[in-house]
Amino acid sequence: MNAKYMFSLVAVIVLFLLAYAGVEGAGLHVLFGILIPYAAIAVFTVGFVWRIVNWAQSPVPFRIPTTCGQQKSLTWISPAAIDNPATNGAVVIRMILEILLFRSLFRNLKFHFNEGNRFSYIWEKWLWLGALAFHWAFLAVVIRHLRFFAEPVPFWVQWVEQLDSFFRVEFFTDFLQIGLPGIFLSGLVLLAAAVYLLLRRIIIPQVKYISLAADFFPLFLIIGIALSGIAMRYFLKEDIVGIKEFTMGLVTFHPSIPANVSGIFYVHLFFVSVLLAYFPFSKLMHLGGIFMSPTRNLANNSRTQRHVNIWNYPVKVHTYEEYEEEFREKMIEAGLPVEKEL
Amino acid sequence: MSLKELLKKKETAIVAQWFDRVVNTYQLDTSRFLKSQKDAFANPVGNTLLQGLKAVFDETTDRMDNETVISFLDPIIRIRALQDFSASKAVGFVFFLKEIIREQTAKETQGNAALQAEMLLFESKIDELALTAFDIYMQCREKVYEIKANEVRNRTFTAFHRAGLVADWEEEPRH
Amino acid sequence: MADDLLKPDELLARTDHRPPATGWMDTPVNIRKGMYCYAANPKSVEYLSLPYARQWNPVEDDWKLPENWKQIIFEGIRDRLDRFRSFKIFMDICVRCGACADKCHFFIGTGDPKNMPVLRAELLRSIYRNDFTTAGKIFGKVAGARPMTAEVLKEWWYYFFQCTECRRCSVFCPYGIDTAEITIIARELLNLLGLNIDWIATPVANCFRTGNHLGIQPHAFKDMLEFFVDDLEEITGIRVEPSFNRKGADILFITPSGDVFADPGTYTCMGYMLLFHYLREKYGFDITWSTYASEGGNFGFFTSHETMKRLNSKMYAEAKRLGVKWILGGECGHMWRVIHQYMDTMNGPADFLEEPVSPITGTKFENARGTKMVHLSEFTADLIKHGKLELDPSRNDNLKVTFHDSCNPARGMGLLDEPRYVIKNVCKHFYEMPPNTIRENTFCCGSGSGLNAGENMELRLSGGLPRANAVKYVHEKHGVNMLACVCAIDRAVLPPLMDYWVPGVDVTGLTELVANALILPGEKERETNLRGEPLPGMEE
Repeated sequence: MNAKYMFSLVAVIVLFLLAYAGVEGAGLHVLFGILIPYAAIAVFTVGFVWRIVNWAQSPVPFRIPTTCGQQKSLTWISPAAIDNPATNGAVVIRMILEILLFRSLFRNLKFHFNEGNRFSYIWEKWLWLGALAFHWAFLAVVIRHLRFFAEPVPFWVQWVEQLDSFFRVEFFTDFLQIGLPGIFLSGLVLLAAAVYLLLRRIIIPQVKYISLAADFFPLFLIIGIALSGIAMRYFLKEDIVGIKEFTMGLVTFHPSIPANVSGIFYVHLFFVSVLLAYFPFSKLMHLGGIFMSPTRNLANNSRTQRHVNIWNYPVKVHTYEEYEEEFREKMIEAGLPVEKEL
Repeated sequence: MSLKELLKKKETAIVAQWFDRVVNTYQLDTSRFLKSQKDAFANPVGNTLLQGLKAVFDETTDRMDNETVISFLDPIIRIRALQDFSASKAVGFVFFLKEIIREQTAKETQGNAALQAEMLLFESKIDELALTAFDIYMQCREKVYEIKANEVRNRTFTAFHRAGLVADWEEEPRH
Repeated sequence: MADDLLKPDELLARTDHRPPATGWMDTPVNIRKGMYCYAANPKSVEYLSLPYARQWNPVEDDWKLPENWKQIIFEGIRDRLDRFRSFKIFMDICVRCGACADKCHFFIGTGDPKNMPVLRAELLRSIYRNDFTTAGKIFGKVAGARPMTAEVLKEWWYYFFQCTECRRCSVFCPYGIDTAEITIIARELLNLLGLNIDWIATPVANCFRTGNHLGIQPHAFKDMLEFFVDDLEEITGIRVEPSFNRKGADILFITPSGDVFADPGTYTCMGYMLLFHYLREKYGFDITWSTYASEGGNFGFFTSHETMKRLNSKMYAEAKRLGVKWILGGECGHMWRVIHQYMDTMNGPADFLEEPVSPITGTKFENARGTKMVHLSEFTADLIKHGKLELDPSRNDNLKVTFHDSCNPARGMGLLDEPRYVIKNVCKHFYEMPPNTIRENTFCCGSGSGLNAGENMELRLSGGLPRANAVKYVHEKHGVNMLACVCAIDRAVLPPLMDYWVPGVDVTGLTELVANALILPGEKERETNLRGEPLPGMEE
């Protein structure tokens, strides 16, 4: 038992009960359906912008990219154009690889020593794969959900949906009717990847040792969101039309509470609201921070172009004159040239 | 079955258990890293242990050639001599082997006088091993102090001092 | 080494019993002999006008901290959050994914979990959260926050002087979080309370006063190089004539002072002198040394950004005073990080210098056109490429060479292929170490960033284990007997490291290898290399 993840798990369970009991028991539909989502969106937007502005207010005094390959120097030595970018264009490519493909995590390439002196490579890929699956699935889920916030549904949202559900299984039983509606891969991948990332933190001792409660909380929350979403889509078969009317109401600032929508929908909505409100105050801000990381977003051209530090200030130095003053006699004796004879 | 054959048969289990207990002398999170990371270059400590313990065990059950034993024990102790261990803990892992072998062969040795006699002999081999380990430990420590002493000597750069060529903090700088 | 002896019954008890693991916040720091460096000499701290110079001892309880030390740390953090976006972002965005955990040579070698880069950073982050974030203020420990105490301060001191600022973790971090940057800031904070180590503070004071870390005065600096002139004459039959503080020279040469006094760096230094002589005889190359700027290294970098700037200022000041066209820099690791990533920003613009052009090949060093300082390896590689050096690599035939990428040129610059090109042209036997231990993945020597003192030898030797382990591999597989590098700290600390882990492997600078192979006009038949050892085929 570990207090750190138990705390987070209990917190998420409490949130679940709050929303479920609040709606089903106390009938607080307006609070959980309208007020909290609006407040969450406001906190998220203001908080996110505030964090980015706050970061941007601190200058980047020095150009300190981490170089991961050959520099651009002599014309006949081929540089690692992307891992050691010399131009801003190359930096953009480096950032794209970093942000879209997690280039640095991908580096976890390891060497394996077999019996005797033979080598083989092990691609330490699980963290990279898990993280990639998690983030891309999350993005696909977010894009799919835009269908609820736009009328007509934009064509690119429909594309993502089609891509996402290309994997069709038709499987009918009385209880479970998979294939109707079509399976969205992203939701399942998101759930699986989040569970993997969670288990990693619980099972791998090094990672467990460094994990904080703040690392478990968002994972439990996201697992909760995925579970409630999947439950609504495949098991409870929520009234999609009703929900869309409701979400369009939120978007157009004419909110109204839908009829025939279960408590789980409010739980889902509440979890998302909590995640949004929590976002700017947590490590989840790595979404914004990665764009501003000075070891990645700068070109390694500091010997070519001067980088200016806006707070550069004069410092006390030991001048040549002071130096010669102290050692003049000895310098002359040793035959070293001096500015001022004795 | 002779003790030698018996030990050969159980080699894998014995070495695995020995490795486990040596690794467990580290802090929990470190010991799991030592066990799980298979890369010889990313995890030289765990790998040296794994390769070394197996070889030492082989040699002890076999000819017990002193040179060979040293060549396998040395890398293990060379690491432990630097880490956060007292002398007894740095070399004491050798004795784990006694307990492990007793446990592993308890069934077979019970009521078997011949095996028990062999076992006594084998245990004195382990004692020998421990003494060798202690010698290596002392050599490593002496090496560390020799390196330290050399560094101090190099860094006082005696020659400069004698010639009065080094600005000494004893005399105040002139301004 | 544990100082307290165990009682007999404790010895008999199963030695592998471990107490239940405690969380890292609840594990108090144990300042262990052999792992820490001595406290700064107050005279050195005073000479630099840095605060709170005093005698103090890390293993004593009372560190004689100023009354309001917590306030000083708090304001120090706040000030640095405002001045360094890197610091602010690295405090905020770590998700503790663990990719860096096993990338640190100190973690691998010592097995101390607080040497995992993420945890090293958390030591500081936990205080940051407590004092500067809403979540930390409200949720405290649950959010990973803890209040500042004297224990925490000691932990900082112990572990931030167990980081060599090598940046290996930063390569693997998905957000590029650089522990070196965090260590730099943490050491700045410690310096606000006068908590430096002597192996950094005294070299810095020396450098400020005499121009180099060793406190070599100008006449002695000249004397030392003249000793080398004699040695070189004996070996080659040629008398080289280095010049000092000479106005009007084309180029100023600056190298770490370690090359001038410590073996085997001295042979590298002799190599520089032979190379420059060769170029002068053949092509009229015109270069001067300086006694005022006689230090390429910059231990100020390990103290604070300000101290780094104070020491570094001498390079441009001297270049300006002497009226040279550009500056050539010798083989050094962190010196090049400072030159490459900081110098122009701190002490530039160098508009009084010219864009560097090799006077011999006419090559324009485009990549150095702003800072106007060229790395000797870039310069030499260019000479060899243009066939300007007459070389006899067979003189290095007794050597099987491997190359250790120094952390700073590798991960703070990208100088990887230039030195390799040079080595391959002056030696016939070159073998690479395993790929995850070289180039941008290179393992630190374990003694960088001012940790190359003598008293912390256990730390240095265990931190150097991953590097030594890779050397051992090529030593056993290919018979490698020479470890080449382009860093003065490497040249000073790799020999003891090899002595402990891989006896039979020696250490050399790049230019020593070049000078051994270089055929000087009018030289006598060489019988020995620069170390006075017989050349292959010349053994009695």
